[in-house]
Amino acid sequence: MSDNVKNRVIEIIAEQAVIDPSEISPATTLEELGIDSLGLVESIFSIEEAFDISVPFNANAPEQSDFDISSVGAIISSVEGLVADSGHA
Amino acid sequence: MKRVVITGQGAVSALGMSAAATMEGMREGRCGIGPLDIVDVERLSIQIGGQIKGYDPAAQFSRQELVLYDRFTQFALLAGREAMFSSGLVVSEELAPDCGVILGTAGGGLQTQDENYRTVYAEGKNRVHPFVVPKLMNSAAASHLSMAFDFRGACYTVASACASSNHAMGQAFHLIRSGASTVMLTGGSESMLVFGGIKAWEGLRVMSNDGCRPFCATRNGMVQGEGAAVFVFEEFEHARARGAQILAEVIGFAMTSDASDIVTPNMDGARRAMLGALRDARIAPSDVGYINAHGTGTVVNDRTECAAVRAAFGALADELLISSTKSMHGHLIGGTGAVELLACIMAVKDGVIAPTIGYEKPDPECNLDVVPNAARAAKVKVALSNAFAFGGLNAVIAVRAV
Repeated sequence: MSDNVKNRVIEIIAEQAVIDPSEISPATTLEELGIDSLGLVESIFSIEEAFDISVPFNANAPEQSDFDISSVGAIISSVEGLVADSGHA
Repeated sequence: MKRVVITGQGAVSALGMSAAATMEGMREGRCGIGPLDIVDVERLSIQIGGQIKGYDPAAQFSRQELVLYDRFTQFALLAGREAMFSSGLVVSEELAPDCGVILGTAGGGLQTQDENYRTVYAEGKNRVHPFVVPKLMNSAAASHLSMAFDFRGACYTVASACASSNHAMGQAFHLIRSGASTVMLTGGSESMLVFGGIKAWEGLRVMSNDGCRPFCATRNGMVQGEGAAVFVFEEFEHARARGAQILAEVIGFAMTSDASDIVTPNMDGARRAMLGALRDARIAPSDVGYINAHGTGTVVNDRTECAAVRAAFGALADELLISSTKSMHGHLIGGTGAVELLACIMAVKDGVIAPTIGYEKPDPECNLDVVPNAARAAKVKVALSNAFAFGGLNAVIAVRAV
């Protein structure tokens, strides 16, 4: 399951950045990928749709959100946690 | 006061995917109205429209752009690109703050609203795409035009129902004439051919289910269309200094309100708007050779409009040519005046009068020369474009050849 989450999140982020998923590693940051605030909000929407979860993220105060967006790896871990909590896995 | 000329034009409509194609359709008297191809069409009692067919958004815009562009924005951008290209205008760092955008639309991002209402109401989903708001807002098309061409001056959208485009173009004319702006991208866009958009109109029972036949005794209502037209309005000396092509000069504009009824038109408001445009242009009624009518094909509009023309022009009304191109491209609601300005440019520049097609039988209450069924050659000094909207909002523009 974990690999599925990881691959799917990377696919979503890669689509947003218009690059190949193979160019993304867990250490990559959204900034490096050129994903701006609108792109981030759209990525979160795609993640919610893909995993049928609700992501706690407020674009007004990203640093206060429970959802860690500091790197692709951090996003994957957060999504894994939300998926486990949701029981959809 | 500055003079204002039109130095670029672009359009997409049921008649074609450019201004040239749309004007060619008008010259040929072609009908762009046909069966609608939209979601849930089988639940509509009105199933015809002037729909743009065979258009592939992905061939024109990237995925990143399309998540932000409602169909009405796409139309405005396609028309805007063509208008800018045809004008040959280069927007320098110095010129950019003096360039603006004013567009008309009645419904704005209705495709986006319709799709997302379906998602949350019909499909019961609790989440919509994050860009629904920036995609559906009425001013989105104007904003995207300003971004696409670096127009950094006045930028906004006008909504006055079926007169939106004329009000928008009139405001653009005013800004340049007063010296407040040098160049304006202006016109209008509409994409109301969605289930909810047509269902709402059905309720008023003013729609035809077999065709738009303005001024004809057998007319039975309006038919909706979709599309956009965008023009480059430019201060005359600026255009001349750069050797720009000049398609026509905008010489007058007037607005009136009937102040009487939310749907039924009032003859006097329409009459005052036409006379106001002549006064503003400092010309005599005898200077006008062609009127592009509002001509919706409803019993009441066409009768009232003809009476207003008679009241404004007196005996001269019998010498005027007046046609409704809605018979070909449908009623583009907030975008309609923009597409119809093309017919006025064609009249003064090329000497070709677009016809009123579908005309079968004279109506004694519309006994003007409505240029039935076939285009006509005529030398026209000044053309008027009428727009008489629901709520009694009237806006008339006057153009002449340069």
